[in-house]
Amino acid sequence: MIKWSKNWFAGTVAAILTAAVAFAGCAAPSGSPAASTSPAKSINLNGAGATFPAPLYTKWFDEYNKLTGVKVNYQPIGSGGGISQITEGTVDFGATDGIMTDAETAKAESKNGPILHIPMTSGSVAVIYNLSGISTGQLKLTGDVLANIYLKKITKWNDPAITSINPGLKLPDAAIAVVFRSDGSGTTYIFTNYLCKVSSDFKSSIGNAKAVKWPGDIGGQGNAGVAGQVQQIPNSIGYVELAYAEQNKLAWASLKNAAGNFVEPSLAATTKAAEGISLPDDMKVMLTNSSNAEAYPIVGFTWILVYVNQKDKDKGEALAKMLWWAIHDGQKYTEPLTYASLAGSTVTKAENAILSIKYQGQPLITR
Amino acid sequence: MKERSGYFRRKQFSRLMLVLCGIATAFVILVLILILGYTLVNGISYLSLDFITQPSKPVGEVGGGMRDDIYGTFILVGLASLIALPVGMMTGIFLAEFAGPKAASAIRFAADILAGVPSIIVGVFAYAILVRPMHTYSALSAGVALAIIMIPVVARTAEESLRLVPNSQREAALALGISRWRITLGVIVPGAVTGIVTGIMLAVARIAGETAPLIFTALGSAFGVQGLTQPIGALPLQIYRYALSPYKDWQQQAWAAAFLLVILVLGINVVVRLVSSRRKK
Amino acid sequence: MNKCKPDRSAAAAGGDIMSAARARVGDTIFTRLTLFFSILMVAILVALLIALGIDAWPAIQKFGLSFITSVEWDPVNEVFGALPAIYGTLLSSAIGLIIAVPISLGSAIFLSELAPEWMRRPCSFLIEMLAAIPSVIIGLWGLYVMVPFIRNPIEIWLGSNLGFLPLFSGPPFGVGFLSAGIILAIMVIPIITAVSREVIVAVPLTQREAMLALGATRWEMITRAVLPYCRSGLVGGVILGLGRALGETMAVTMVIGNAYALSPSLFSPGATIASKVASEFNEASGDLYIGSLIELALVLFAITLLVNIIARLLVWRTVSVRGTGE
Repeated sequence: MIKWSKNWFAGTVAAILTAAVAFAGCAAPSGSPAASTSPAKSINLNGAGATFPAPLYTKWFDEYNKLTGVKVNYQPIGSGGGISQITEGTVDFGATDGIMTDAETAKAESKNGPILHIPMTSGSVAVIYNLSGISTGQLKLTGDVLANIYLKKITKWNDPAITSINPGLKLPDAAIAVVFRSDGSGTTYIFTNYLCKVSSDFKSSIGNAKAVKWPGDIGGQGNAGVAGQVQQIPNSIGYVELAYAEQNKLAWASLKNAAGNFVEPSLAATTKAAEGISLPDDMKVMLTNSSNAEAYPIVGFTWILVYVNQKDKDKGEALAKMLWWAIHDGQKYTEPLTYASLAGSTVTKAENAILSIKYQGQPLITR
Repeated sequence: MKERSGYFRRKQFSRLMLVLCGIATAFVILVLILILGYTLVNGISYLSLDFITQPSKPVGEVGGGMRDDIYGTFILVGLASLIALPVGMMTGIFLAEFAGPKAASAIRFAADILAGVPSIIVGVFAYAILVRPMHTYSALSAGVALAIIMIPVVARTAEESLRLVPNSQREAALALGISRWRITLGVIVPGAVTGIVTGIMLAVARIAGETAPLIFTALGSAFGVQGLTQPIGALPLQIYRYALSPYKDWQQQAWAAAFLLVILVLGINVVVRLVSSRRKK
Repeated sequence: MNKCKPDRSAAAAGGDIMSAARARVGDTIFTRLTLFFSILMVAILVALLIALGIDAWPAIQKFGLSFITSVEWDPVNEVFGALPAIYGTLLSSAIGLIIAVPISLGSAIFLSELAPEWMRRPCSFLIEMLAAIPSVIIGLWGLYVMVPFIRNPIEIWLGSNLGFLPLFSGPPFGVGFLSAGIILAIMVIPIITAVSREVIVAVPLTQREAMLALGATRWEMITRAVLPYCRSGLVGGVILGLGRALGETMAVTMVIGNAYALSPSLFSPGATIASKVASEFNEASGDLYIGSLIELALVLFAITLLVNIIARLLVWRTVSVRGTGE
């Protein structure tokens, strides 16, 4: 009989098995979320979606946990992921930088009833470039010119369309290396939304979506990919989240807004954008090309998606309370992390939306 | 004289080729040093005992570590191994010892195809069969996804190693009247142990660093390990998210974590090999 | 080597019939068990294919065979075609293997035949460590360190001296098929090296001694006695490496440039099936878009199948060769 103790192989396998079982055993202390024996205090909420607000949400839910003990686990999987997961019901709330399309809304609502878009904060998309001798903010672009660059209709930096708005800048006689986002993203959604508004050519040939068919040249994976390409390839242009451009000290362009002023992306300019747009009650509106004089033109809300009809009273109530906190007390955490806080008018409409969240017909929270 | 110069040329050629082999090895090690060095340089500010023992902090707050994600990685690797090792080893044994040529060919073929499936697709599959029906992300689904990636590697390397054990061993044992299954487990497998362990370690190294399947199955957890049927965090997932984030703070943590991951895998490698080589005569 | 104590109960002369029968039952159970697990593995593969087939159906229905020949990828207008991705996958994997196989074999030979005893274990560890580095980290290193180096001096030198060849034409962006191929080589070398080393070391001493006794040089001994003996193992290692190369996502996505175009130039940005799926799957919505991405994955399955068949045909003569005794 083979002595198992002497058999190294069995020994190693047994060790791994024991370890795994031990880990798994230690890993299941709090049980499943549906356990009714757990005290009401230790509520677990899971949310997933847009990467853009993830740093803010991480901060929020860390603070919220210290405040109330509720564990809100938010993970960035992308706006599209946020929409599909809330539709499938694998998470308690979703998050997206792009408004749900009619088809997406129909699908979600057919499964779980009406769904709400609640804005949490807004952010800008910076247009970055790599031109030697031209520092941040010096390059001026209009929406039309930007669209034509991305349409590959303007192919050189010293094209008259660009030089005419930049008198005094020495622009090289070189091809523009155009960098786009290769992964679908809310950033692309906001960027293309703007370009569609300012260029009918762009609207008809490319369109507004999280992923589009760019005529060229190079795709970067994520903000890091785009920034990396722009930093390395001379005479290139790209677009990234403002936070990314700021934190990594990238040179960005000043864009001409709808009021005719050239504005650099900044927190103030981001907040102003919401003040130039009329907000519908369902808050499904894009903030691009705002008419406010000081607004930056490429701005977007980021929303949290929740169903009106909640299936679990405790979780639904915790969710509603968390959202209420986020649009009020939570806003004080936005600016230190370079996110714009919500304007007053936005908060009022968001409040109404949160108050409409129900369990079995009854609203879950009151003012 | 002619023979001597012919031999001399052959010997020169032999020396040349062997030097080239040495250069090839040096090149590989150079690349490793470049990558690992770059990783270390970028993450050094975060490498400390705190990193291993502290939970993660939101951006803007200095410090914090990846304790929960390290724990999560161990659990997922353990879970995946629990599923993949029996399946892979038994398949390898079947292919090497018991299968007829046609069956072996077919199964080997299937293993090679499975080995070529992009990890993201495995993740999507695990999502469809586990996450969606269960209406929750879970450590279980992540473990299953990783196991599917491990199985073909373990199976094929086990098979190749087992086949190289000389037939004389089998014949001698059979002559002693030992039953086949005892021969396989007691003689052949130990005889192929270093090869099998290599295969297992390669598979473990691979899944310890896999991100794509985890995106669809584990989700990630801000509050540590909550249970087998709850979302769970893991090092590669966190590395991926932090590395592509805007904040230098998080980026540095990503590099530090990557370095840590490599050291962890190396550690497992060393331990397992030590155990197996001490046993083997 | 023989650690197993012979089972006397079954081996007793004449045989205790019950023990012998027990041993046979043990054998049957064990054999059936191994068969079961093997079939389980195949079942997983089949289940994968079916699940993918179901999700890809809307796209298969809509595009039919034109999916493979079309070069359009337009999520807004919902027109999808796979050809540039197929081309990119094959090209980058081919470059990867062309670079990786000689280097891996060379390293394996060095580590098993030539290196002094003290060097072998540590060096093998180091090479295996390369396999442990997360794909995204290799991708980022590739993007920030390797790609600039490829762009300048490599692509610039190749472009100015050999630019008349379509292979080296076009602007030197750095990212592109060449970089993708090199990154794949880096990822695949540890696998091929580790497996090759294992099988080379397992070749019996007698084979080597016989060859040397015939007057062969070291190199001749390796190429004529050792390598042919473990040929199937070597091929197995290369196929494992190829599988990894075909399916590698993150690292390739970061350095391939993600342009959807068919170009003969190695400098051109491109896409592989895996990079396309990895980039867009998370955000894709709509049955046709998702279905097309899944169909891309199925196409990759088909490519892996084809490549495996070809590899097998090339070495079909090497049927399962057991060790021939000491």
